[in-house]
Amino acid sequence: MKKSVILGALTVAGLAAGAASAATLDDVRARGKLNCGVTTGLTGFAAPDANGVWEGFDVGMCRAVAAAVLGDATAVEFVPTTGQTRFTALASGEVDMLARNTTWTFSRDVDLKFEFTGVNYYDGQGFIVPRSLGVSSAKDLDGATVCIQTGTTTELNLADFFRANNISYEPVPIETNAEGQQLYLAGSCDTYTTDASGLAATRATFENPGDHVILPEIISKEPLGPLVRHGDNEWGDIVRWTLNALVTAEELGVTSANVAELAAGPTGNPEVNRLLGTEGELGAMLGLEADWAVKAIAAGGNYGELFETNIGENTPIGLARGLNAQWTEGGLIYSPPFR
Amino acid sequence: MTTLSDPPKPGFRPSQLIYDTRYRSMTIQTVAFILLMAAIFWLVSNTIENLNALGKDFNFGFLGQPAGYDINQRLIEYDSQASHGRAALVGILNTLLVAVLGCVAATIVGVIAGVLRLSKNWIVSRLMSVYVEGFRNVPLLLWIVLIFAVFNESTPQPRDFRGEDPAASMIFGDTVAITNRGTYVPEPLFSNGLGDVDVKPGWIFSDLYFAISIDLAAIVLTIIASILLIRLINQRAHRIQDATGVRPTTWWVNLLVFFVPVGLLLWYLGFHLGYPELQGFNFSGGTHIRNSLMALWLALTLYTGAFIAEIVRGGILAINKGQTEAAFALGLRPSKTMNLVILPQAMRVIIPPLISQYLNLTKNSSLAIAVGYMDVRATLGGITINQTGRELEGMLLLGLFYLILSLLISGGMNIYNNSVKLKER
Amino acid sequence: MSTTDLSYVRTEMLPQQEPPLAEKGVFKWMRENLFSSWINGLLTIASLVVIYVVISTLAPWLLNSVWDANSLTECRDILAEQGLDSHGGACFAVLGDRWHQLVFGYYPSELYWRPALALVIFLAGLAPVLFTGLPRKMLILTALVPFVAFWLLWGGSIWLPVSVALGFVVGFLALKFLTPIVGTLAGTILIFVLPILYWLFVAGPLASGLASAVPIEIQFVESRAFGGFMLSAVIGLSAIVLSLPLGILLALARQSNLPIIKYSSVTFIEVIRGIPLIVWLFTAQLLLNYFLPPGTNFDLTLRVIIMVTFFSSAYIAEVIRGGLAALPKGQYEGADSLGLNYWQSMQLIVLPQALKISIPGIVNTFIGLFKDTTLVVFIGLFDPLGIASAVRATTDWNGVYWELFIFIGLMFFIACFSMGRYSLFLEKKLQREHR
Repeated sequence: MKKSVILGALTVAGLAAGAASAATLDDVRARGKLNCGVTTGLTGFAAPDANGVWEGFDVGMCRAVAAAVLGDATAVEFVPTTGQTRFTALASGEVDMLARNTTWTFSRDVDLKFEFTGVNYYDGQGFIVPRSLGVSSAKDLDGATVCIQTGTTTELNLADFFRANNISYEPVPIETNAEGQQLYLAGSCDTYTTDASGLAATRATFENPGDHVILPEIISKEPLGPLVRHGDNEWGDIVRWTLNALVTAEELGVTSANVAELAAGPTGNPEVNRLLGTEGELGAMLGLEADWAVKAIAAGGNYGELFETNIGENTPIGLARGLNAQWTEGGLIYSPPFR
Repeated sequence: MTTLSDPPKPGFRPSQLIYDTRYRSMTIQTVAFILLMAAIFWLVSNTIENLNALGKDFNFGFLGQPAGYDINQRLIEYDSQASHGRAALVGILNTLLVAVLGCVAATIVGVIAGVLRLSKNWIVSRLMSVYVEGFRNVPLLLWIVLIFAVFNESTPQPRDFRGEDPAASMIFGDTVAITNRGTYVPEPLFSNGLGDVDVKPGWIFSDLYFAISIDLAAIVLTIIASILLIRLINQRAHRIQDATGVRPTTWWVNLLVFFVPVGLLLWYLGFHLGYPELQGFNFSGGTHIRNSLMALWLALTLYTGAFIAEIVRGGILAINKGQTEAAFALGLRPSKTMNLVILPQAMRVIIPPLISQYLNLTKNSSLAIAVGYMDVRATLGGITINQTGRELEGMLLLGLFYLILSLLISGGMNIYNNSVKLKER
Repeated sequence: MSTTDLSYVRTEMLPQQEPPLAEKGVFKWMRENLFSSWINGLLTIASLVVIYVVISTLAPWLLNSVWDANSLTECRDILAEQGLDSHGGACFAVLGDRWHQLVFGYYPSELYWRPALALVIFLAGLAPVLFTGLPRKMLILTALVPFVAFWLLWGGSIWLPVSVALGFVVGFLALKFLTPIVGTLAGTILIFVLPILYWLFVAGPLASGLASAVPIEIQFVESRAFGGFMLSAVIGLSAIVLSLPLGILLALARQSNLPIIKYSSVTFIEVIRGIPLIVWLFTAQLLLNYFLPPGTNFDLTLRVIIMVTFFSSAYIAEVIRGGLAALPKGQYEGADSLGLNYWQSMQLIVLPQALKISIPGIVNTFIGLFKDTTLVVFIGLFDPLGIASAVRATTDWNGVYWELFIFIGLMFFIACFSMGRYSLFLEKKLQREHR
């Protein structure tokens, strides 16, 4: 009530983004838009194109949630955040969810009061060096100058790695990926370190990607995933199971091409039916429409499709599935069953 | 027959609170005070409520926990196992370093540019106008980013110095290396050094400890002692001049007194220079002035220098031409005219805005964020807040630091202003 | 006696001799202006060297620039065809490709006319303030400009700005009709209290009621879509306009003889001015939500505008305090001797004069503020520098720095330099008038 009085006028204008009340789902519905926190620009994961339309793997996650909740994959407000501003944006309710290459760690989950809803990319911190430097292992980097994004877990991992191996280094702190790339290319640092996926994405935009190698050492575990605020389990469930739906869809062979056809009537596979809402009431349990998963999959495709179109081997970024293959193919991507 | 109305009763009526000027100011102030307190109470209670909702508390315990991150430029001992409080201290010293360097350099640049802009030399004054207008009218942030990019793109990498026929070479007889990671200059070393003494006033703040080099302290003390001695010699010369009219020659005694003790001390300590040398990925030895510091320093210097140039120009133009003419009429030489007549008056006009420029420069040093210079905003206000999630406490400390710094500078300005104020009737 | 034609006195003037070569034309000018002493000579030569170095580095790069390409790779190919290496020429093609983003951010391209029109209306509204020759009645139009500009920029229903503007009408009506009835003091209080009550309780429902009854609206644009120079201008201009009333109140409070009011104002001004803008911006980003009732949450752009308004109000207060102090004491005493009360003397005698003296200072504050709006890039807003990074984050234009910086710098230079000249002109004019 107090809120509506004070911001009465502003809310009408839509300038006040409304309340971050306990029920995020209701807020999102009332607003008609999902506020999704993304990075300020990392090719393949989230970056605006010439028309200002956001594209990328993390963006696809936001669009899937928007499609599941609102039925419209374009009803997303992308809020660019830096490493330093992302958590406050989520905690303050400025964004409903964060899909921004954020590592799931104990302290973020417990101390910073966030809820990670799963892992959409298993990553690890790597190093990129110019081929001409002749370095083949991260342990050869004694005395090297290292570019590092501040406010990230990679900064702490880096300190730990060099400390554990008893070698010295000179950190050059930078604010965004673009700056890191500029300094690295100018030779102001010998190596740039961040998540291996980010390194691949960055290397893809170089003039001569072949002149740079990503060192074999992965010095940390970086499970990246979408996250929401503590305390709204219903909303957390929606984001978690949207991700699981995309993963399950790939496992079951449901793609954006055939999803409409499969959803038209019950198929022979009961799990597909439950996923697509032609059998059971899973959607209603989440407080969504029965065909929520159909819309989510139709938005950008299943997990595999999102991967292939944005960061896969046929894109300039060229990441192999590796750890991020389905568990049936030796990867870690595994969804609990839809039952 | 009571046509006369009673005289107003002495004593207090409530309406006086509004209509009597004696009491009205009290009323207004009380109301203002209550409103102010209500506003503060509202903000504080909101904050408490919000903190409770987030399950956070308000405490500064995080300052004692290990920071976990490394800082490249540190004036005092620090590693990633030191505490967040220590990291903040490193940042504070870095802020002060760039602020002091910037103020000194900006003053020099500003005075030169301001004087040259008044020069009769057409091309020089035009060039200075271009400099002043160019820097004043483009955002400082853009200059910082631009200068940093120039440093990174146009200077050689350390490995260009390697090999038979290196693409780059050191200058000043192989003593200074300019690379795109910074400039390496020779460092002073003492082979018979006296070591350091650890200072640890733990009762203030447990992370406040630092080492003072005895060598440096000894040198500074010697120089101060020499200067005091020189002043004594000059006073004696004055007395003799007053008494006899002949001033004894003192310059060579002064020079001897200044240089001999320091020279002897340096020789005793085994003073020599350590030169930078290419080792592995980088140069080692020597003092490394990082590009982040250089770019920030240069940008702050040139930007603030442009403003100072205008202040200096204004100060000189403000002095009436009659003052110069009167001084000449008294038979003062041009140099004496400048020192005794023009400058003391111009200073009164120049110094107050100059100090407020120093204040601006100090605050603008927080733009270090653009080049990754680890000032207090980057350590305490950046990484620490981000790793611990203590934005309220962190921002409060950060604001307090800048506020105290600003108040100190403007306090200094007020003292100066009062001391040079025209004594009016 | 015969007269002779011989004469020993010249009857006609000799033709003037040509001055020596060193004393005329270019040579004289050069000798006097460039080589009047050996120091000057050295300075001249040094300057020429500097100019030569700058031009010889930049000229080929600028002359060989490519203006038509779709990506940096394409641009470098074109340079390679001309036999130049990839840094041999500038790639200004990026401006052709992305100028609209640098200027308007992600504002919908079919609606570019709206911010442009808003700027024109704003400048037109400014005219009566800046040029004293225009009729005073036009100031009423000026008062309407903020609401029109707001509606054009953000769009949505027209009734929101209308109902907010009505609050000022409520205040004005209170001044006009209630004050004579209830007395000056109660009237003064009502002038402030009534509009606030109106905004809190009536404006919102009124706007939504009118909007549903008579829907007049244009397409709503999120402030997230604002960017580039438009964002800088919106933040800078709204902060300066909003901070004027606040700054005047703060300046008056600082001059007040009532200690509590004076010292609250001094504390506010010194705290704001003592802390860098970037810390305030991070406060807006990280902390503003802590200070508001739980559950409130605004748009980041709006939070930034609020914070920058507070920031500039402290600076404006100092400028106006300078204006107040510059007035001769006789003006205050004259107002008192006429029996005017405090608000009357301020409104009729002191402020009109003090504000006029303060205009150059206000313009200078605005120039500083406009340049400082670039700092919002650090909290994730797309100011021109933020757009430049976003442009570089795409595969097409990865690696373009100088061209974007030059363009942004040039735009800022043009805007700030012309405003600076205007403020200088005003200062000169005021000096003449005061003589």
